Amino acid sequence: MANPRYLEGKKPHPREARMIFRNVDRVGWKPSIEKYLEDGGYKSLKKALKMEPAAVTDEVKASGLRGRGGAGFPTGVKWGFIPPNNSKPVYLICNADESEPGTFKDRYIIHQDPHQLIEGILISSYAVGAKIAYIYIREEFPEGAVILERAIEEARQAGLLGTKIAGTGFECEIYVHRGAGAYICGEETGLIESLEGKRPYPRIKPPYFPAALGLYMCPTIVNNVESLCHVKHVISMGGKKYSRLGTTRNTGTRILCVSGDVQHPGYFEIEVGKLTMGELINDLCGGMKKGRKLKAVIPGGSSAKVLRAGETYTIRDGDGEKTIGLSDIPMDFDSLAACGSMAGSGGVIVMDDSRDMAWVLNNINTFYAHESCGQCTPCREGSLWMKKITDRMLAGGGVPSDVETLASVGDNIAGRTICAFGEACSWPTQSFVAKFPEEFKKHTKRRNVGKFLNPEAKVAAEGLIDKN
Amino acid sequence: MEVPKELEKKADEAICHYPPEEQRSAALPLLHLVQQEFGFINDDAISWVADKLGVEPIKILELVTFYPGFRQAAPGKYHIRVCRTLSCAMAGCHQTMEKICEIAGIDRSNVSHHDPVAVSSDGKFSIEFAECLASCGTGPVCLIGDDFHEEVKPGNAKALLRQYK
Repeated sequence: MANPRYLEGKKPHPREARMIFRNVDRVGWKPSIEKYLEDGGYKSLKKALKMEPAAVTDEVKASGLRGRGGAGFPTGVKWGFIPPNNSKPVYLICNADESEPGTFKDRYIIHQDPHQLIEGILISSYAVGAKIAYIYIREEFPEGAVILERAIEEARQAGLLGTKIAGTGFECEIYVHRGAGAYICGEETGLIESLEGKRPYPRIKPPYFPAALGLYMCPTIVNNVESLCHVKHVISMGGKKYSRLGTTRNTGTRILCVSGDVQHPGYFEIEVGKLTMGELINDLCGGMKKGRKLKAVIPGGSSAKVLRAGETYTIRDGDGEKTIGLSDIPMDFDSLAACGSMAGSGGVIVMDDSRDMAWVLNNINTFYAHESCGQCTPCREGSLWMKKITDRMLAGGGVPSDVETLASVGDNIAGRTICAFGEACSWPTQSFVAKFPEEFKKHTKRRNVGKFLNPEAKVAAEGLIDKN
Repeated sequence: MEVPKELEKKADEAICHYPPEEQRSAALPLLHLVQQEFGFINDDAISWVADKLGVEPIKILELVTFYPGFRQAAPGKYHIRVCRTLSCAMAGCHQTMEKICEIAGIDRSNVSHHDPVAVSSDGKFSIEFAECLASCGTGPVCLIGDDFHEEVKPGNAKALLRQYK
């Protein structure tokens, strides 16, 4: 395998460690099976097919691979939850519903390297015993769905899909299933309901852990696009060697997607934890826009709690406890969790001192109010209340008690819903209001008390805010 | 409703992707096929999908009303979806939306949560905001039909729309 060259202006930063994104923006690269095979593609699948399925799972366990979709749950452990005495069919689902605002990594894998994903799906299906795998791809990726379908057909022609895969007894079919624009389908049990042709109302856990009672009440493994691609590399290099990438308990590489007020937004594949927030923003992204200062960062997709510039955090590493600032946070699962937020889906949104935090929160609240599935009352009503209160603040109708009301609504959703959407929609409100109270107070006035009891009427009358 | 043979064939093929006793799974794929063919999904189409899958029409209607990707009214010849979410908003998607509406002659004053699409008076373009199109590093982004466009700013909106005749 030759060292890839990359397109002018899209060369990876020297601090990057390209593995999953090896072929993204590569000179002369095409998402075809010929190119992929020329580059050593599907060798890991053939290697896996010579192993026992349980041994493949053991390698993934040994690699320490943690899910790249948001929760960071160890992939091999998830696979191990399939009941040992299972007699039902097992399904594998690739979650390609990439929809957490700030995240845009799976798009490039699907568009530029679909065979890497298919190889990952086949290896994983073999390990968990699935004969059918579905790729649930969001409706907003129409081109991606076509590319995947073409790649699946190419793999079939090459004898890598269907029956007797690569001349062995392994059989597996992969189907592309398109969503229809609902964020909640990224939640694994919501996704399963959607794949069953229903409204995507998440299921309650227990008892509906997908590994035991998933698609059609059969054991089902749902993994993110990037996670499944990592499986290929785990098998290629061996779990133990893979686990040496990154840091302890935060192994491998991961793709960080940076957007917002930096000079050069984009995607960067790094060894997990080998880079700090400051290095990411200042070195890889070229720093803040001219004349602007860092104000806040949402580190793992819009539902992650916001981090404020100037804050300090206490984290524990090999040398014991230490106090660090925002720029010193290592970009890994455990450090970001120790700082009160999360690595989530890898979507880093950077905001400078020109941003009004009430405006930012209102944008996020509008998203979650739109996307709540409506099944649980605290989330269905609360997400809309949080949007309405910030709508009213921005429309000039905020009253002093709004700040407290907003926080209290947020506090009463998290932990009271069937799925993690409750947390996802309340964490932004809880963290923004707690960390930037002055910005919200600025939007409230005592003289408004009693005047604007119906924020929608006010907003609609003045056309101040977009009704979406 | 007259169902073209090709559509019928594609629908039967889609149904085969799921276990025989789980045909309801093909509901979303069939609705996509219908919407691609006719531009939107009406009551007849809902009944047709329901018949195909052996479920009550309400089981299909509840999908059409839930999923933002499905429409019950005709869009324009070219349907535009502008990303509204944070990174695109910081990059100026609201100005982009305003500019596109101005160029295409679209009035968005009557849109609402349940009726988010506005159509130009000549029926050529329709538009709505989308909740995150997952390309936050190149905002503002939009989809026109199935074509994806990055960095759509007020300054280049006119040239972009001119590609759609």
